[in-house]
Formats: sequence, structure tokens, C-alpha cells
Amino acid sequence: MPDTKPAAPRGLVTLRAFLWIAVALVTIMGLIAWLGDSRHAPPAGVASRFGGPFALTAPDGTTISDKTLAGKPYAIFFGFTRCPDMCPTNLARMARLRQKLGADGMKFAIVFVSVDPGHDSRDGIGKYVALFNTPIIGLTGTPAQLAGIQKGFGVYVKRVPLDAAKPDGDYTIDHTAATYLMTADGTLQSIIAHEEADEMALAKLKRLVG
Amino acid sequence: MTRSLLFRTALLLLAAASAPLLAHSFKSGGLTIDHPWARETAQGQVVGGGFMDIRNAGKADDRLLSATSPVAAEVQLHTMTMDNGVMRMRQVKDGIVIPAGQTVSLKPGGLHIMFMGLKRPLAKGTKVPVSLRFQRAGAVKVQFAVQQAGAMNPAAKNHAGH
Repeated sequence: MPDTKPAAPRGLVTLRAFLWIAVALVTIMGLIAWLGDSRHAPPAGVASRFGGPFALTAPDGTTISDKTLAGKPYAIFFGFTRCPDMCPTNLARMARLRQKLGADGMKFAIVFVSVDPGHDSRDGIGKYVALFNTPIIGLTGTPAQLAGIQKGFGVYVKRVPLDAAKPDGDYTIDHTAATYLMTADGTLQSIIAHEEADEMALAKLKRLVG
Repeated sequence: MTRSLLFRTALLLLAAASAPLLAHSFKSGGLTIDHPWARETAQGQVVGGGFMDIRNAGKADDRLLSATSPVAAEVQLHTMTMDNGVMRMRQVKDGIVIPAGQTVSLKPGGLHIMFMGLKRPLAKGTKVPVSLRFQRAGAVKVQFAVQQAGAMNPAAKNHAGH
């Protein structure tokens, strides 16, 4: 049975292939040029993998790093204790979804990283995460350490004065509200958006611990 | 006669005692504040959020201008928005308009009142007095019921009879 579809003329096929190769080449060259620009290249000696490396401090003073977290998946979220709406909503949801996972609920860690070293003390973070009645690792660090992990996860953080007329007065912090799901070997598996429905978020967590 | 008086007094006392429990709503003129509630805060935490529904059955728009509470140095009116995955919280300028015949909900993911400079933590199960100041209705005293930190709704709403 002969193919009834008219075959594309040989010349057109060659042209198409040539164009695709050209697109690929331009993309690669663009990427090389972008990485070659010193602003985008990772600093020497630092792995360019998503998230890490990082080292921060838990409320009890112990150092928690990408290495100490390795071996168990974790859900990591950035926030601050002076955030009365989104941060408690998100942490309570993680606690709720953990419960829904039943026996698998403790197969992943929940990590909360403060974006407000100006206000959030280690002790304050510890008491804050304890409100949610499930183990949550609260972390903070020096401004440099926090800037490092924010960069690693591509998290947007910006201090904004609560009163524009008083730029040195009290402030709030605009920040990325996503929860990053990291596998046991520290690789990003998926992201839960703040606006996402519980069912979707639960499915992602199931995959994380599955 | 004496018996009837006693009975009436008892009834009155009972009504007075149970009114806040049953309704948990506060009226002033055409305005009704339904189920004001707040999220509990940790020891040392200096801010907290409060939420409520404000119903305006009147013929004219009103405006929530400000609020005060003895438990906080200051109470601000805030709005929270999500912008491309980024959370932004801002003070509401010029208050919150409550249009005539409508209900405005202060709830997680939108508007809230923010207790700033808490003098003591907002403890679950307690009530926090707040004085709301409206452009037309004037000052309205309400009690915010404190619930757990991540609550999304006033608990009272979920129970029939409240």
C-alpha cells in the first residue's frame, strides 16, 4: 500500500533540517555568551546546582546545610515572622498536607528560612514554627548566608518601608511565596505555588515521598 | 409576682451572658461586624493579623478609617497581594470603603488588620478588644476571637447556632 500523503520535496526537508540546526547553534552560542558574562557565571568553586550549597542556623544553634539535609526529601519555604497572612497560611497548609499523607507524612522535612535577619531571632523563629504543631526546621543566618540561599533558590526578597514617608521606619518584605520540593539528593523536583489547590500540592508531596 | 420578677431577671441575665457567644457580631447603626477573629502568635512575635466581615445595611457608603487595641502599640489596615508568585503586603491608604448594601471581607489572602507592637501574644481561645473607627458609624468596639496560627476561617462560622 503506497503512502497517500505527498512526501515533502527532498529540498524542503534539507532546508528544514538546516534551519533547526541553525536554531540550535544560535541557542548554544547565546547560552555560552550569557554564561561567559561574569554577572551570570557561577563564582569559581561554587556548584551551580539549584538551591545549594548553603549553611544556616537552626533555633538550637546547630548548623543545617544542604549536606545535613541530604538523605531525606524536604519542602523549603522562605518567609518571616512579621508576615501575618501568607506565611502562616502556607506553613499551616504544609502541616495539614503532612497529616493527610499519614505514615508518609514524616518522610519529608519542612524547612522555613527567614528572609528577615533584621527582626527574626533564632529563638523567635523556633517559637514561630512551633505554632504549627508539626516539626518544622526554622532557619536563619547572617545576611550574607541568607543572600546566598536566596540566590541559590532564585527567591525574590525586597525590604519595603510600611510608610513610604518614613523610609527608615518599620518595613515589610516582599518575597517569593513558593515552596520548593527537594529530593533526598538535593535536586529540585517540583514547586508548589502559594495559590495552588491543596489537591495539586498533595499530589506533588506524594511524588516527593513516593 | 416575686416569682415572675425573679424569672424575668434570670432570663435577662441569661440573655446578656449568652448574647456575645451566640452572635459574635457587633452592630452600630447600619453596620454589622461579623465574626472578627485573629491568628494566634508566638511568644516574642510582635505582629499578628485580624480578619472580619463588615456588612453595611445602610443607604450610604461607609469607610473603615483606623483601629486601635490595648494589646498593640498600633493597629494598621493592610492588603496582601500575590504578584507573579511574590507576596506583597501594603498599608491601605485612605481606609477600606464599605459600600452601601454590601459586605467587605477581611480574610487571609486579601485584607487584614495588623496588630503592630503586640504587648503580649495573641493566645488561642482568648478574645482581643479592638475599637474600629468608621467615617459614618464612628467608633465600634468589637472582640477578636483568637484561633490557631494557620486558621483560614472564623471557627464560629462552622458551628450551627453561632
